[in-house]
Amino acid sequence: MKKIWVYAEEVQGEISKVTLELLSKAKELAKAFSHEVEIGAVLLTKGIGEMTETLEAYGAEVVYAGEDDRLEAYCHTTYAPVLARLIKKEDPDIFLFGATQIGSELAPTVAAIVKTGVAAHCVDLRIGDDGLLISEVPAFGGKIIGEILIPKCRPQMASIKPGTFIATESCVKCSVVKKIDLTGLEDADKRLIPLKTCVTKSEAKPIDEAEIVIAGGYGLCCSENWSRLQELAELLGGAAGSTRPCLDEGWADNEQTMIGTSGKSIRPKVYMGFGISGATHHICGMKDSGLVISINKDKNANIFGVSDYYAVSDVNEILPILIDLVRSSKATAAEKGEKECH
Amino acid sequence: MSLHIVVCIKPVPDPDHYDRVTIAPDTKRIVREGIPTVINAVDKCALEKALQLRAQYGGKVTVITMSLPSADTNLREALAMGADEGILLTDRAFAGADTLATSYTLAKAISQLGDADLVMLGAESADGATGQVPSQLGEWLKMPHLWNVFSIEDVEEKKYRIKTKYENGYKEWEGTLPLVLGVSRELAKPRHIGAMGIIKAKNKPITVLGKNDICGIEDEYIGLSGSPTQAGEIRTPEMGRSGHKLEGTTEEIGIQILEKIRAGGITI
Ligand SMILES: Cc1cc2nc3c(=O)[nH]c(=O)nc-3n(C[C@H](O)[C@H](O)[C@H](O)COP(=O)(O)OP(=O)(O)OC[C@H]3O[C@@H](n4cnc5c(N)ncnc54)[C@H](O)[C@@H]3O)c2cc1C
Repeated sequence: MKKIWVYAEEVQGEISKVTLELLSKAKELAKAFSHEVEIGAVLLTKGIGEMTETLEAYGAEVVYAGEDDRLEAYCHTTYAPVLARLIKKEDPDIFLFGATQIGSELAPTVAAIVKTGVAAHCVDLRIGDDGLLISEVPAFGGKIIGEILIPKCRPQMASIKPGTFIATESCVKCSVVKKIDLTGLEDADKRLIPLKTCVTKSEAKPIDEAEIVIAGGYGLCCSENWSRLQELAELLGGAAGSTRPCLDEGWADNEQTMIGTSGKSIRPKVYMGFGISGATHHICGMKDSGLVISINKDKNANIFGVSDYYAVSDVNEILPILIDLVRSSKATAAEKGEKECH
Repeated sequence: MSLHIVVCIKPVPDPDHYDRVTIAPDTKRIVREGIPTVINAVDKCALEKALQLRAQYGGKVTVITMSLPSADTNLREALAMGADEGILLTDRAFAGADTLATSYTLAKAISQLGDADLVMLGAESADGATGQVPSQLGEWLKMPHLWNVFSIEDVEEKKYRIKTKYENGYKEWEGTLPLVLGVSRELAKPRHIGAMGIIKAKNKPITVLGKNDICGIEDEYIGLSGSPTQAGEIRTPEMGRSGHKLEGTTEEIGIQILEKIRAGGITI
């Protein structure tokens, strides 16, 4: 039986969202085959807890679980050899990883041990007529999309950025949990030791979860305008996003706001860009947005070509006006609401 | 203590010009005409850190690249920045290598040096941007490796405290040399190259190695035939939109924008 596997990444005791996105995609890929296909999730952890149920809810039929205290903190020296041994034993056909910080390291490491290929940062996956996985990967900052095939080696591996696919729950029959053989864990390379993981909880809404993203670029010119942009985003119930120069300048201080090839891929209902030129690296991360509105003072800005609406305007002028307009519009709405109550 | 640090660099088409990259309609090949070739920017951050570590501990920095013979220019630039020696791996047999074959070839050449304590390179390249070479290089070299390193501090001889990026934060590690580190831009800001650097670089050695100069290299792992991944068709993604211009005074434009936002499904 063909096996399509997803690496189940754990984030603070829970299954990461990208894992569920990939399981949903795996189910879709499985439909291309006329025979039965196993959808497997591979989980390495200190304690399985309720994670199996989550994986099951998103379509995992088999959960390969490796549970051990030594797997508490991720380190490729412990994780990769376990996965490589499991691959050799079970011979999966396809193995998908989230292109997270961990996945981006773990997938190529495992591939180097089992001597197979990984299509990195895929934007789409499908099964070709011959049953091979066809992975679409971006190159040149997303200007070119190329197909990657892994004809001879197994598994065909791919890493996919969070947010590329949509996670959909699917009722499956109860999943089977298979314990992963962990012998050899004691021989792991001791030259690298994980000490700690620090995560800062940001108050701001994550850009990949917001319905409206207000993005700012180098054209904001100063941190005051970045604050204005954040204010506008907040008023609209959305999130503030940025290009790379905003981070480099220190206006935006959270890397999680960056949109693009090295940042996040987003698909909000509405994207607005202020003082953004429209470099391929950035466009690649926002092109799937519902409605795109951009503002730039240069009438020939590239971003206008990828916008539904644009205005040639100075951010220094338009940002305060938009803030006022939204404020007064909300005030009117609130007043109206009050009247209706009375 | 003295360190031998090997820095891998990759010549890439200048990413400032990627909007000019196209596909030729007839040959279906990527056209990057007129785009200059530069050292992958984040590789220079790796080199900068290597030079700083050399200043601290003494030792030697070797830069290595697997590329076309023209990469001699890029190696010369790295030498002008301060590296001591350059190695250019170039051979028709290396062509078409994916990350696994590239990292294998680099690893074989680095092993041949015999004494590398630390291997550093950018976490990813601007063109292919797979970010896979550092980890795979580590595996071939049988050295522990880390990806997206943004801070390196020494603890004691040959022992380092290293930070790597993590979603909404970072991870901290203790690593004992030898190590392979794929670094991020924040690690170090590359120095400017002075006239003295350029003059000195002229007399620094660059060794050119082909397949037959690398001990124990196996054909089955190099070049196109040693690459598990194969490239299929390429296309330029359709990203264009209708682009209606909003006109009027700034105030009028603002009002129109609000309407569009509402029409886009957002309640204000
Ligand atoms: C390997 C690599 C990866 C990268 N990854 C990313 C990524 O993930 N995300 C990303 O964003 N970038 C990324 N970049 C950088 C990217 O190539 C561009 O440099 C960047 O997106 C440009 O940001 P920008 O549009 O804010 O700045 P600029 O290109 O400098 O544009 C500023 C714009 O603001 C306009 N402007 C100036 N003043 C005003 C004003 N007062 N009012 C209105 N408009 C004004 C200007 O006309 C201009 O169009 C990457 C680069 C490399 C090499």
